[in-house]
Amino acid sequence: MTFVDWISAPVNWVFTIIGLVVIFSGFRVVTSRNIVHAALYLVGALGGTAGLFLMLSAEFVAWVLVLVYIGAVIVLFLFGIMITRAPTGLDESLNSDHTALPALLASGFFLMMSWASIDAFGTQVIDSTGEPVPTEIIGESLFGRFVIPFEVVSFVLLAALIGGITLARRDLSPAEEEERSAV
Amino acid sequence: MLLSQFLVLAAALFAFGIYGLLVRRNIVLILLSVELMLNAVNINLIAFESIWVSPEAIGQIFAIFVITVAAAEVGIGLAIVLMIFRNRKSANVDDLNLMRW
Amino acid sequence: MLTRLAIIAQEGEHNEILAGDGGWWADTAGIMLILPFVAFLLILAFGKKLKHKGGEIAVAALAINLVWATVLLLMNASGGVLDQTTFEIGRIGSGLVFELGWVVDGLSILMFFLVNFVGLIVFVYALGYMKGDVRVDWFFAAFSLFAGAMLVLVGAPNLIQLIIGWEGVGLASYLLIGFYWEDIANVKAGNKAFLTNKVADVGLILGAILVGVSIGSWDFGAIDFAAFEGAPELAAVASVGGLLFFFGAMGKSAQFPFHIWLPDAMAGPTPVSALMHAATMVTAGIYLMARMFPLFEYMASNVRIVMIVIGTATLFGVGLLAIVADDIKKVLAYSTVSQLGYMMTAIAAGGYTAGMFHLFTHASFKALLFLCAGSVIHSVHSNNMSDMGGLRKFMPTTFWTWVVGALALSGIGLSGFWSKDEILATMGERGLDIVLWISITGAFVTAFYMARATFLTFFGTYKGDGKPHESSRILTVPLVILAVPAVFAGFLNIPGLSLPRLGNYTEWLAVRLVPMGDPHAEAINFGLAAIGLGAAILGVVIGWLIYYPDAETQLERDSFEIPVLFPLLRKKYYIDDLALGIVAIIKGPLARFVDWTNTYILDLIVNGVAGLVKGVGVFVYDTIDQRGVDGVFNGLSAAVDGAGSVVRKWQSGRVQQYAAAFVAGALILVVLFVFVLI
Repeated sequence: MTFVDWISAPVNWVFTIIGLVVIFSGFRVVTSRNIVHAALYLVGALGGTAGLFLMLSAEFVAWVLVLVYIGAVIVLFLFGIMITRAPTGLDESLNSDHTALPALLASGFFLMMSWASIDAFGTQVIDSTGEPVPTEIIGESLFGRFVIPFEVVSFVLLAALIGGITLARRDLSPAEEEERSAV
Repeated sequence: MLLSQFLVLAAALFAFGIYGLLVRRNIVLILLSVELMLNAVNINLIAFESIWVSPEAIGQIFAIFVITVAAAEVGIGLAIVLMIFRNRKSANVDDLNLMRW
Repeated sequence: MLTRLAIIAQEGEHNEILAGDGGWWADTAGIMLILPFVAFLLILAFGKKLKHKGGEIAVAALAINLVWATVLLLMNASGGVLDQTTFEIGRIGSGLVFELGWVVDGLSILMFFLVNFVGLIVFVYALGYMKGDVRVDWFFAAFSLFAGAMLVLVGAPNLIQLIIGWEGVGLASYLLIGFYWEDIANVKAGNKAFLTNKVADVGLILGAILVGVSIGSWDFGAIDFAAFEGAPELAAVASVGGLLFFFGAMGKSAQFPFHIWLPDAMAGPTPVSALMHAATMVTAGIYLMARMFPLFEYMASNVRIVMIVIGTATLFGVGLLAIVADDIKKVLAYSTVSQLGYMMTAIAAGGYTAGMFHLFTHASFKALLFLCAGSVIHSVHSNNMSDMGGLRKFMPTTFWTWVVGALALSGIGLSGFWSKDEILATMGERGLDIVLWISITGAFVTAFYMARATFLTFFGTYKGDGKPHESSRILTVPLVILAVPAVFAGFLNIPGLSLPRLGNYTEWLAVRLVPMGDPHAEAINFGLAAIGLGAAILGVVIGWLIYYPDAETQLERDSFEIPVLFPLLRKKYYIDDLALGIVAIIKGPLARFVDWTNTYILDLIVNGVAGLVKGVGVFVYDTIDQRGVDGVFNGLSAAVDGAGSVVRKWQSGRVQQYAAAFVAGALILVVLFVFVLI
């Protein structure tokens, strides 16, 4: 398959656009000098990913991603940023000064993995019909074969919930404790 | 659509995540980088699922699990960040040297 | 649920013993394995509120257990019981099955009885001994935990459950050695015991993996059959596997050079020493060897040479150490190690019955000796024999029961004589002359140090503080009860004799899936018995000569009188009178000569023998034990320490450096997988 063949399929135009958005957002997430911008760029990267999922007929997961990540997790992140009183403006000290080795490692990883991917699956074509996988199938699978992992994961979430509350709630000082018990 | 185009994109996102993990100073930003990496994994799962279609949509199920665990991880991670910030008045990893000998 | 063994035993011609399946009692024998754990939990929950801090729960659990053990023992004696009940827990693929359950056969029934009987007595004793001590409820909880783990171990139908019990008793041992954890030395002793055992446990676990994978089962019955029928897949790994099992047994049963933990383990309360570090837990290694006996008998016979060498070194070398110890519990600890060496050597020589018989008698009299020592320590408030002396008068019950135990251990007449004689007979049968003579010398040493301990503790003058008194009844009654088997247990297996309708110990123990093929004599070998007895008596006599006339007050206390002989001795055969009255001229030289003879020649002989023995003991203790063996372990720890001080510099504390190292490692792995491995 030549590049011309590839680019002449309209679905690949969509991919190229979304891909560029994702790459750019991802890049800005780790390089932005503004902490709030970094979090907002993550929204871009995740939104692009959701678009990719739609292309891959994983409709349900795409909306889960939008709801859970963009709806909840990013908000949580913004709260975290506010509470820790991180400087919300431009901050030059957001990255450490030693960037050469991390860049080397990251690009090494990228080259390695993409080479391996192309080497292994170079010409495999996804002949997606565009029809989304019915949510019914996911539901039956989740509460059928994967019901135990599902319960385990729900337990993990519960534990995380309780753990988060325990960690984040402030221990009262003895004086405050007394004050509260008096009331 | 080629399978490898999705995989290369995921690899790129993953590499960004690694870079961010290693150079960011603020713990919240490190958590953001981790989210990026988890997301790259999700792309791989969905892409493989769409080429080897399984009747039970196993790839998508696992992507959902990854999302769930990631949400839990963010919750706990931010709670820990909050604790650290309260105790040390900083959310900067350079200031966390308790693990030193 | 599976009741397999009885079916196999009835179908096959492997074992000619017609064994029953034990019926209801065997099917419910698992209750013995569970009750102590129930007691453990109950004591933890309610122990503090009870009068005896939970001791009554522990005693009740073992008392119920003893009913089962006794019934099974009698059923086994009157017709043989072979049964196995297992529950599948999980499996790997279609082959290896994890099962838990209990096996009921001659070997396990004897161990059930032993653990529950000695355990019950020691628990009752502990009710009195621990009264008013700190954390009594925790003591009984941990002690119950031990009893449960030990029963899980001896009732194990497969290697996996055996390892579970094995680690369980190790844990309980660690907890109870460090029971008085306010003193750092006790905690260190606990650590030493745990770590020494852990090193050896690696052998057991590797052996279990090896054997399990090669024959596709961890079941002892399957292993026994494979060994008996010469299965080639087991034969291929038999030597290595046997060596690994022996390595594991060396740790738990304190064989040289792993014996170092046992004397230190005496830091625990005395009931713990009696039950765990003398009667039952340390015999787990011997039990393992007996359980795996077909493997050694039919296949891994080359491993037995190693076992014999190490067992002999243990029984003689460590026994000598007891001569120089001052702590009465350490004397007994070294003695325990030495006796374990006898058992190991016996089993290695093919004496399945002889080794297990000595285990059986040893459990009763060594527990008795420890409990006596506990009674003495309770009264004197010191472990050192140099603080004791003359206690015979103050503590008559303790004294007499001690004498029973000491005689039994020394192999003079009582139970120890019969079992030790059987070991010697087995060695003679197998033509192990050198080992036989070393063992006889060891019997001499045993008698000598027991005589020394007896005379130093109970004779002479009291050297400690305060006024010692006989212990209360709750301490002395268990002593008297234990003295009974210490006297009579030996008669269960006199060659050529057997109880009416119940048979004898050999027959009880032979109720296994496959014949053990060990030699047992049809009649007493009077020659060997006489030599063994003579060596023991010689040891006692030399001990008597050295330690008995030690105190100045000996004559006052020595109120009994034998006509002619005693006055003669007191008058030094009238030699002084003779010199004074009749031959005045040669009085001086003659008297001096007689005196010199008396002082130097006779004493020289006596002291020479004692000094030689003691010198060897000191040498073994100082050079081999303290420098050699401990040196190796100290060197190891120093190496770890040094490596640590180098490596810790890598720990910069910068999380992202760690992350970078992690990522680099992952990258290297990816490269390896992509380019090299695939």
